[in-house]
Amino acid sequence: MNDMTPEREERIAKLKGLGCSRKRVEDARFTQGKGNYVDDLKLPGTLFGDFVRSPHAHARIRSINADAAKALPGVLAVLTAADLAPLNLHWMPTLAGDKQMVLADGKVLFQGQEVAFVVATDRYVAADAVELVEVDYEDLPVVVDPFEALKEGAPVLREDIAGQTEGAHGPRRHHNHIFTWEAGDHAATEAALAEAEVVAEEMIYYHRTHPCPLETCGCVASMDKVNGKLTVWGTFQAPHAVRTVASLISGIDEHNIRIISPDIGGGFGNKVGVYPGYICAIVASIVTGQPVKWVEDRMENLMATAFARDYWMKGRIAATRDGRITALDAHVTADHGAFDACADPTKFPAGFFHICTGSYDIPVAHCAVEGVYTNKAPGGVAYRCSFRVTEAAYFIERMIEVLALKLGMDAAELRAKNFIRKEQFPYPSALGWEYDSGDYHTAWEKALKAVDYAGLRREQAERLEAFRRGETRRLIGIGLTHFTEIVGAGPVKNCDILGLGMFDSCEIRIHPTGSAIARLGTISQGQGHATTFAQILASEIGLPADKITVEEGDTDTAPYGLGTYGSRSTPVAGAATAMAGRKIRAKAQMIAAWLLEVHEGDLEWDVDRFVVKGAPERFKTMAEIAFASYNQAIPGLEPGLEAVSYYDPPNMTYPFGAYICVMEIDVDTGEHEVRQVYALDDCGTRINPMVIEGQVHGGLTEAYAIAMAQEIAYDDLGNVKNSTLMDFFLPTAWETPHYTTDHTETPSRTR
Amino acid sequence: MAKMHLKLTVNGTEHECLAEPRELLIHVLRERLNLTGPHIGCETSHCGACTVDIDGQSVKACTVLAAQAQGAAITTIEGIAGPGGMHSIQEMFREHHGLQCGFCTPGMITRAWRLLQENPSPTEEEVRFGMAGNLCRCTGYQNIVKAVLAAAAELNAAKEAAQ
Ligand code: FES
Ligand code: FES
Repeated sequence: MNDMTPEREERIAKLKGLGCSRKRVEDARFTQGKGNYVDDLKLPGTLFGDFVRSPHAHARIRSINADAAKALPGVLAVLTAADLAPLNLHWMPTLAGDKQMVLADGKVLFQGQEVAFVVATDRYVAADAVELVEVDYEDLPVVVDPFEALKEGAPVLREDIAGQTEGAHGPRRHHNHIFTWEAGDHAATEAALAEAEVVAEEMIYYHRTHPCPLETCGCVASMDKVNGKLTVWGTFQAPHAVRTVASLISGIDEHNIRIISPDIGGGFGNKVGVYPGYICAIVASIVTGQPVKWVEDRMENLMATAFARDYWMKGRIAATRDGRITALDAHVTADHGAFDACADPTKFPAGFFHICTGSYDIPVAHCAVEGVYTNKAPGGVAYRCSFRVTEAAYFIERMIEVLALKLGMDAAELRAKNFIRKEQFPYPSALGWEYDSGDYHTAWEKALKAVDYAGLRREQAERLEAFRRGETRRLIGIGLTHFTEIVGAGPVKNCDILGLGMFDSCEIRIHPTGSAIARLGTISQGQGHATTFAQILASEIGLPADKITVEEGDTDTAPYGLGTYGSRSTPVAGAATAMAGRKIRAKAQMIAAWLLEVHEGDLEWDVDRFVVKGAPERFKTMAEIAFASYNQAIPGLEPGLEAVSYYDPPNMTYPFGAYICVMEIDVDTGEHEVRQVYALDDCGTRINPMVIEGQVHGGLTEAYAIAMAQEIAYDDLGNVKNSTLMDFFLPTAWETPHYTTDHTETPSRTR
Repeated sequence: MAKMHLKLTVNGTEHECLAEPRELLIHVLRERLNLTGPHIGCETSHCGACTVDIDGQSVKACTVLAAQAQGAAITTIEGIAGPGGMHSIQEMFREHHGLQCGFCTPGMITRAWRLLQENPSPTEEEVRFGMAGNLCRCTGYQNIVKAVLAAAAELNAAKEAAQ
């Protein structure tokens, strides 16, 4: 009966469900300046907070004198660690099981660290007062190199835990060592490397960078002393987790805390963590009884809130002479800065770096990641990716290139020779993952064909010849990658953040006239959830996406969820949305059966309605059923049509893709031109192709930025060298290359 | 600090307010006139999130003191749409997915609005160059450029039809 008639097609089109490039519902507001970001919020009597920050990377604090600042008209308070200590709030737990100073407690450990918090009636007065706070520092030796930090006799950075030999992730072997985390089979890998016909080695540094969303981090905290309720609006990628953490560390009952993430101006991982500014704003609001706003400026954002990457990856890859990979070893020295504030699932202090066997069928592998303290800012977030997955992808793809050079083999052929074949899925990887699905060869061939790979290699060789003859100074480079990601964290059995399982949730209410609201514990920072989650639901329950409101980010209204970061919202919260939709449909089926006076089993679902099998003229649409649920007394059924679902994914999902970039570079000047960027993604079922393409464009631009210049670099004294947009490279429309996107579609087998 | 008396025409409406001589125009617009469309992304004139139009020129409102805008006619994103609804540039940003988080969007559109008056039929290169003062962290610009070119075509077609 489900034949594709034009009438049926029209009903499907009306829903604007899965697979439709639906225009975004968010855009009417954003294009007219009607967004509602945290700095747009204006509560009567709002005070402004601003930080005194350390100019030193490592120093003892001899004294802080805030008298002149406090005497400035308009200044209400200057908070220091001494003021927070009685509340036990001068330190806070990090997401990685470490603790971090909220305000400098006796010493500072990185440039830009928060030393004192000034509260004033407006932002200009607060900035004036910051200048008036006198801090007497005594310089201590600075360590910005993680290898130096691990040497005997290196300065002790974290004096608070200097004697501790057990850390949150196992034994600590040195005062600046945080953890060593391992996966795979060390002995077997060493044996395979020793026996190998060919071994290629490389030290790969994936430098420190920063997500740098266009909106910086900030919050408004408002303590209502009359009803005892604390409300905090802020740039939170995980509002519920923030509520729980805020409750645990402040002692305020969780039901008395309301966390609201309003519109967020980009996150990319930067807005996952809990920052000292949030804690100080909350304390200041409790102390003053007035709302307190804290919004960091760009320099503070780049210097003090979460960075990304900073992995020194030493790789060894073994192969037969004809190019079959036999083993892989990765040893990573991970620079975590002064506090371990990585935002990873708790049991994975190196995130999912052990996806680093990539798209390849590698029989044995081993990886070890050592976390190290240095005098740099804390962080280590998933910057436009899942947890440490970009590091892993860069590592394996670089190792493949190095191996290809050593073997004298074409790098595309080497990849194809070692890909996991499609009949091998589900595929258990040597480092412990179970890849659910994939068809790498098809994607790879499509990509190579699209760019005329053979032709490019010919042109490259000819150019090289011309260069050797002295006819040109421009050479051609061809960058290849076939990555496999691991996203959708994650199964509660092994994925949690501070003990909170990484499920996600959705609650749906269908209104009598056939429209609906869905609430989620996630929060869009530009991904367009209000558009795409409505599409998922439209396909599940047969109401048009245009009649479904999606609301996120308010802990008082949304069911508990773990938030949006690490490429997890669509696989986890999107699935929760579908599951809740299916519950709605199950109840709707009972209602339809009663209305049509048939047995439930005699009905079948058809796009937007239940139809009596074999009698297509007898049906009830979802809109009719919705109304009936509110106006009919149906025996054995409660009125109304609502559902909530908490989805605990059984596995991660493993999207993949093939990207190829062609550049020309002048060997004398380094001047470059990106000729072509081709990006094929396979993310399984495509919900909104337009939105996917937009996400890919954005990711590619980050990649371009990082490859060309974007870096947070430090000098030997621990000074941040790129703390403004003058020195920190964000590509403009002018440099950014043009992209060609493509796709294959291999649905995930994770259900 | 002694305040000064400012008179500004913003989006066709005359405003008067008191502000310190050191206040940046972006702060006066956002804090005193409640026009929160233009955003702050850097305060160092790099990102363009604060772009407004002053007397016929695109200006980063974090680069000028409000005092320097005394008596000026200012257009912000809130003044771009007409009584009939969204401006064609706004429509095309939506149509071509020229925005994601929306934080750069007010500045982008305000800049594009001036660019298309300066050069009603720009090439792709001219759009990329003319918009290079406005950073976007989400979109990679490709769809922004598409949107501006589509808006130019639409505005030109409408102009022709009117003649
Ligand atoms: S805030 Fe004005 S240019 Fe960035
Ligand atoms: S849409 Fe987010 S910065 Fe441009």
